[in-house]
Amino acid sequence: MATEAAAGEQTGLVFHPMDQFIIKPLFGDGAVGMFTVTNLTLWMAITVIATVALLVLGSSSRQSIPTRMQSIAELAYGFIRKMVEDVAGRDALPYFPYIMTIFMFVVMANFVGLLPGAFTTTSHIGVTAMLAMLVFVSVTVIGFVKHGAGFLGLFWISAAPLPLRPVLALIEVISYFVRPVSHSIRLAGNMMAGHAVMKVFAAFAPMIVLSTGLGLIVTPLSILAISAIYALEILVAFIQAYVFTILTCVYLKDALHPAH
Amino acid sequence: MEGDIATMGAYIGAGLASVGMGGAAVGVGNVVGNFLAGALRNPSAAAGQTATMFIGIAFAEALGIFSFLVALLLMFAV
Repeated sequence: MATEAAAGEQTGLVFHPMDQFIIKPLFGDGAVGMFTVTNLTLWMAITVIATVALLVLGSSSRQSIPTRMQSIAELAYGFIRKMVEDVAGRDALPYFPYIMTIFMFVVMANFVGLLPGAFTTTSHIGVTAMLAMLVFVSVTVIGFVKHGAGFLGLFWISAAPLPLRPVLALIEVISYFVRPVSHSIRLAGNMMAGHAVMKVFAAFAPMIVLSTGLGLIVTPLSILAISAIYALEILVAFIQAYVFTILTCVYLKDALHPAH
Repeated sequence: MEGDIATMGAYIGAGLASVGMGGAAVGVGNVVGNFLAGALRNPSAAAGQTATMFIGIAFAEALGIFSFLVALLLMFAV
């Protein structure tokens, strides 16, 4: 997306809406390599620190009348525990810490990215693809360790008529391998699109400086639109983290109970 | 305005891929609409099925996401 950034001058916008996703080194102007400290690294570290602070500080005092931080930490814990139990079943509870970690990281990254001037780490497919691949690989390994070759029964639908089963098996195998793609791009795409829309309106907001007549209409409208879309994005940030986590639970359920 | 006809085709294709967004919108609207219709008939059973609704939304949305993927591939990979 960085290659498109230079095109911003011709479009009439003050800045290009995709500029916010450019990964820059924090120190100096060198090329971005494997171990370069970039703005993505910084905001991911902030996300991790915020998550740890919320959960550790929230659960350290353990009062019977909870403080606000303790209630949030307890709510998050109870919410995810109930989700794992409802969606993936009681025997998925040993994997609850992993799912809780995923949820807290994604939801915190989405919310931290909504701070003005922040960098949204989850808007990059590279970040979400890593999360989704970890889920995919670990779920597949869990399935094979728990059931051995019986895990392949996930693809052999015994409820279907026999001549149809090979065709269905092919479709099931394809849809199984497409899972990490849709899992990761759903999160990255939603985050990227939402933030790009906000920046498009933000680029139209200073129109009043360029032309007073048109600006009197465009500027208030775009400021209102930014506020409305920001509110929507707060909802989307939570829902996408929720969807990412619930799909992890669904995939885990498939691994634990592969028979159709 | 420079570039060749292949770039033009890629850009037009990327724009056309956004039509898939409409399909995802229809799918998600269908899922939520039917959920709401069912929930209003039997509100006591609705709370337990919210997770199922979100799973349905996620699957309906996944196919819209693939059109976004096609657009990305056309813009940056082809």
